[in-house]
Amino acid sequence: MSAGNSQGITRRRFLKQAAALTVGFTLAPLARGFAQSPSPLPGSLQKNRMLDGWLRINPNGTVTAFTGKVEIGQGIVTALAQIVGDELEVDLARIEMVSGDTSRTPDEGVTSGSRSIEESGSALRFACAEARGILLETAAAKLGAPASSLRVEDGVILAPGGARATYWELTTQAMLKREATAKAKPKPASQHRYIGKSVPRRDIPAKVTGGAAYVHDMRLPGMVFGRVIRPPSPRARLVSVDERAARALPGVVAVVRDGSFLAVAAKREEQAIAAARALRRGAKWQQTASLPPSGRKLFDHLRSQPAQDSVVSEKNDKAAAAVKTLQATFTRPFQAHAAIGPSCALAQWQNGKLHVFSHTQGVFPLRGELAKALKMPAADITVTHREGSGCYGHNGADDVALDAALCARATGGRPVKLQWMRDDEFRWEPYGSAMLIDLRAGLDAQGNVVDFQNELWSHTHSTRPGESDGTNLLAAWYLKDPQRPGSARNIPQPAGGGDRNAIPLYVFPRQRVVNHFLPEMPVRVSALRTLGAYANVFAIESFMDELAAAAGLDPIEFRLRHLSDPRAKAVIDAVASKAGWRPKQSGDGRRGRGIGFAKYKNLAAYVAVIAEVDVDRATGIIKVPRAFAVADAGLIINPDGLINQIEGGVIQSTSWTLREAISYDSTQMLTSSWADYPILHMTEVPSVEVSLIDRPEERPVGAGESAQGPTAAAIANAVANATGRRIRELPFTAESVKAAQT
Amino acid sequence: MAVTLTVNGRRRTVAAAPETPLLYILRNDLELNAAKFGCGMAQCGACTVLVDGKAVRSCVTPALAVVDTKITTLEGLGSASNLHALQKAFIDEQAAQCGYCIAGMLMSAKALLDEVPRPTETEIRQALAGNLCRCGTHNRIVRAIQRAAKEMSP
Repeated sequence: MSAGNSQGITRRRFLKQAAALTVGFTLAPLARGFAQSPSPLPGSLQKNRMLDGWLRINPNGTVTAFTGKVEIGQGIVTALAQIVGDELEVDLARIEMVSGDTSRTPDEGVTSGSRSIEESGSALRFACAEARGILLETAAAKLGAPASSLRVEDGVILAPGGARATYWELTTQAMLKREATAKAKPKPASQHRYIGKSVPRRDIPAKVTGGAAYVHDMRLPGMVFGRVIRPPSPRARLVSVDERAARALPGVVAVVRDGSFLAVAAKREEQAIAAARALRRGAKWQQTASLPPSGRKLFDHLRSQPAQDSVVSEKNDKAAAAVKTLQATFTRPFQAHAAIGPSCALAQWQNGKLHVFSHTQGVFPLRGELAKALKMPAADITVTHREGSGCYGHNGADDVALDAALCARATGGRPVKLQWMRDDEFRWEPYGSAMLIDLRAGLDAQGNVVDFQNELWSHTHSTRPGESDGTNLLAAWYLKDPQRPGSARNIPQPAGGGDRNAIPLYVFPRQRVVNHFLPEMPVRVSALRTLGAYANVFAIESFMDELAAAAGLDPIEFRLRHLSDPRAKAVIDAVASKAGWRPKQSGDGRRGRGIGFAKYKNLAAYVAVIAEVDVDRATGIIKVPRAFAVADAGLIINPDGLINQIEGGVIQSTSWTLREAISYDSTQMLTSSWADYPILHMTEVPSVEVSLIDRPEERPVGAGESAQGPTAAAIANAVANATGRRIRELPFTAESVKAAQT
Repeated sequence: MAVTLTVNGRRRTVAAAPETPLLYILRNDLELNAAKFGCGMAQCGACTVLVDGKAVRSCVTPALAVVDTKITTLEGLGSASNLHALQKAFIDEQAAQCGYCIAGMLMSAKALLDEVPRPTETEIRQALAGNLCRCGTHNRIVRAIQRAAKEMSP
C-alpha cells in the first residue's frame, strides 16, 4: 500500500496524520430536504454521498483517494488505486490511498464478503468519473473550448489548439464539496489503462524489506507492551488473584483487573509476557462446563437443539415422479481462522479521548462497539486501520483492540501495544460455525433431478461488532459490570449466513431448502471466509456426484444438464478442458479426480475447480498434488491479484478440508498451538493452475471467498473417484479415510 | 544488564536481560521489523533470522546464546532502494498476500541458497516446510526462490 495507512509509522508521520485530522472534509451532505429519500447511487456512494469524502485533488500534483475498505492481504488498495487512476486519468504514482480511519475516510462498514470491489470500487469509479467531468467543465470555460473536445493526460487537460490546463491549478477546495450524482459515465473497458492489468501490489515492497507494514510494527513515544491473561475456559470467573509476584517483576507498569478481565503492561515485551505468566499462576478461577459434545456427537447435538426454522427456497414446478431417491448427511466441525500472527492493537488515551490502531475489518463498527464497551461517546474514539496478519474473517482483531484500550487506561497516557499470544488466538478467536447438512434428491427415469431438499443446522456465522443489541467484544463479557454478547442473527438471503449457497444454482423443478438456525452459541463463532458456503457447496457438490453416479452420467455432463446460466457452464467447460477431463474416467484405487463448482453467494464470482488426489488407503493420508481452477469475476481489475486470491483460496480450503478441526472438552478449548491444529505446509500444498474468464461488460466482483467451497467438493469427489468410497465428514483425517475403506 | 550482539554487521549493545529471546531485542530495541512474533514456540517460522548463516527461530533463542555470532535479519539482505535478489524476486512474483510469514520465508530461503545455490523444487519445499503460510501463497514463494536462484547463480 502506498502512503496513508500502512507505510512506516514514524513519529513524524503519526504527528502529521494527527494534524491532518483537522482538515475539513465532508462525508454527508450538510442538509437535505426531509421526507425526500435520496436518489440511489452506486456502491458505497449511496451512504457516503459527498465527492470530497472520496477524493481530494491537491495543488502539489497528487491525488488523495479515501476508502473505508482496508487492506487485509487481498490487494484491495492497489485495485482501488487502479480504478482511481483510470477514471481520473492520472498516473498511479500520483495517487495516495487513505483507508480505514474513522477521522478521515467514508464509513463503508466491514471489509468482508468479497464486496470491496463492488462497494468501494463502484463508489470511487463514479466519484472519479464525476470529478473528471467537473474538471473538464472548468477547463472548458478557462480554455474556451468545448469540454467534449478536451482530453486528459496524467492530469493535464489538453485542448485541440494546444491550450492546456492542469488538474492541480484548476482545482479548488469547493469544487468537490458537492453531492455525487453518478451521472458521469465511467470509462469503457477499451479506454482502461490500469484496470485489467496486473499492477504490482503497493504493500509488498515494505513487506519484503522489513518496512513498518503492520500494526505490530508501530512504535509510539513512551509506548509500553501489554499482554492479557484470559480465563482458562469460556465460562470461567476470576475468584481471586495474587498480584504480588507479577508486580515485583522488573519493568511492570500496570496490572489491570476489572472483574474477570486481567491484563498487564510492562516496559519491555518479554517483561509483559513474564508478568502475564506470573499473574496466571496467581489467579484462581471458578470454571463451569458449558461446551457442547465434540466429535461426531456434536452433530446429534446440533440436530436436537431448539432452532429457528426458515424455508429459504421452495419450488414446486411440474416434473416427472422420482424413480430413485438418494439421501446423505454432511458435516463440518468448528474451524479456526488461524492467522500466522496473533492479533495486535495499539491504544492510547489522551485527555479522555482514545485512539486505537487496529487491523479490524471495520473501523467504524469497531469504534461503535468500543464506545459501548467503554461507555463513552463514539466521537471521543478514533480507530485507524493498520494491517495485521492474514485476515480470513472475524478473528481476534477487534477483541484485542478493547484489550489494549482497557490496559492503556492504567498507563497514564502511555500508549500500549498489546499482542495476543498464540494460545490466546487459538482458544479465543471466534470460530467458523460447525454445520450439519441433510440432502435428499430424487431422479426421474432419464436421470434428471426432479426433487431436491437441503436441510441444514448451524449457529450464526456472524457476531461482528456493530451488528447487534449486545457488545461483540470479548473482554466486555468478563468485566466487573459485564456486558452481553449480541443476540445471534442469521444474515438474510440472498447472501445468507449458514445458508449461504444452500440454494443450488442448478435448475431443479421441485426444491426445498430449510435453514434450522440455532440461536444458542455455546462455542464462540463468527464469520470465517465464505460463512456457510464452504460446507454447503461441499455438501451439494458432493451430492451432485452421487446423483450423477446414480444416473449413470459423467459428473460434468450431469452438472451442465442442470444448469441454465451460461457463465456457470463456461467455467465448468473451461476447467474440464484445462484439466484434460475424460468423461466417466474412474480412479485406479489410489488416484482420482473430482470437480466442484459454485457461484459464490449465488451472486458473485463463478469458480470451478478440478482436484487430483492420491489416497494411501493403508495410512489414510490424502495428498492433493494438483488443482485446476477457472474463475469468472466479471470485469477483472487486477488479473494477478485475482489469481493470487484464487490460488490462496484453493490452498487454504485444501488445508481446511484435509486437516482442520478445533478440539475441546466439556469445559475448555483444547486447541492452543500449531501442534494441535496442523495446517498444510510447503511440501503438502497442491500446485494450482488458475485461468480467468474476463467479462469486461459485467460488474466486477470480489473473489477472495469464491474457491473454497468448490475446492472442498472437488477433493471429496476426487477421493470418491479414486477409492469408490465417499467421505461426508470434514475434515478428511487419516482415521476417516481408513474408516471409509472398511 | 546489557547484552552486545552483532546484527547485520554492526555491534549493538542493548539494555536487556541476557535470557531475553532474540526476537524482542531485534524488534523492540533495534527496531528491526522483519522478524515477527507468530507462536513463541518455534512452530511457525515467522521469526526466522540467520545466525552464522543458519536459519534459527529467534523467538526461542536467548540473546546470550548468540552473543559471539553473526546475526542477519531480512533488513541485512537489502533495502527497498537496494533490493537483494530474493527480495526482488518476491516482488516480481508478487509472492505475498498478508505477508506476515514472508520475512521468515525469505530468511529460510537465504540459508538454503547459501548452501545449495540451485536447489530443486523439492529441496526448496523441504527447506521451507517449517515456515507456515496461511494465505496460500506457498507456490508463489517457491517460484520466487527459483527465480532468485537463477538470478544469483546463472
